Amino acid sequence: MSTTLIEEINNEALKTDIPNFSSGDTVRVHVKVREGDRERIQVFEGIVIKRRGSGIRETYTVRRVSHGVGVERCFQLHSPFVENIEVIRQGRTRRSKLYYLRGRQGRAARVRERSRS
Amino acid sequence: MPIGLIGRKIGMTHVYDDDGRFLPVTVVRAGPCYVTQLKDLARDGYQAVQIGFEETREELISGAEQGHLGSLPALRHLREYRTEDSELSVGDEITVDSFEVGQRLTVSGTSKGKGFAGVMKRHGFRGGPRTHGQSDRERAPGSIGAGNTPGRVFKGTRMAGRLGGGRVTRKKVEIVRIDADKNVLLLKGAVPGHSGGLVMLNEERGN
Repeated sequence: MSTTLIEEINNEALKTDIPNFSSGDTVRVHVKVREGDRERIQVFEGIVIKRRGSGIRETYTVRRVSHGVGVERCFQLHSPFVENIEVIRQGRTRRSKLYYLRGRQGRAARVRERSRS
Repeated sequence: MPIGLIGRKIGMTHVYDDDGRFLPVTVVRAGPCYVTQLKDLARDGYQAVQIGFEETREELISGAEQGHLGSLPALRHLREYRTEDSELSVGDEITVDSFEVGQRLTVSGTSKGKGFAGVMKRHGFRGGPRTHGQSDRERAPGSIGAGNTPGRVFKGTRMAGRLGGGRVTRKKVEIVRIDADKNVLLLKGAVPGHSGGLVMLNEERGN
């Protein structure tokens, strides 16, 4: 009973509309940004380089190169600030954490596309 | 009028609050508690409210306890908290409704027993050097005193020994959410003791 009570609390906050995506995929994350009392949507597009944790604590990190600078943002999978996640492209990777992309630039920092099956 | 409540720690999880902040919370099932006795200056020498928690079967509590509770349901746990101004009377029911979200509580419980613990875990000593030809010094306490003068180890010198399993109090614990239907409180951060342990919740004094 005690575990179910915690599960109940977690289930309230879990999102059910999260698309399937994994490391190597290119995603577009629609983030709610609050500026004063105004709210707008900001889009962050990049390659998912890791997913970690499980349940309510699961997070993922998106990396993109913006104006020649590598930018990584970590999001909580169930964060209320994330409006929507779009999967643009599925990548084929041989590992789950793509830290090796950090040391690469341009053509070397590509991830092969997975043929949809 | 400060109010106290007995609860049971269920465990921990995370929760998003209304601002979207991701908070670590402890889930506590608290109350309903019944006022079982009022202690007063004349008879007991101090003022306190005794409350009972968790209904159980009558045959599980002793005859003395049954007599003490009178017409109240059989309660497994009795605890008391001191207060000067209590408008409660015996038989009153207290629930989580007495608290409100954002309020800060004092939470007491029995900490997890750590057994016989070394000096690094128990007192935060730094241990010895790990390199430069050291052996068997990594978690050692170091010197415990001088030599022939004073010729003894001072009382109170911090050494290894039993750790945990004692009463620990955390103050100013914020209430993040209240679920009155389930008698559940979500408290921000950790609370002393293991999951399933009994905790005492008190309103902050003097705020």
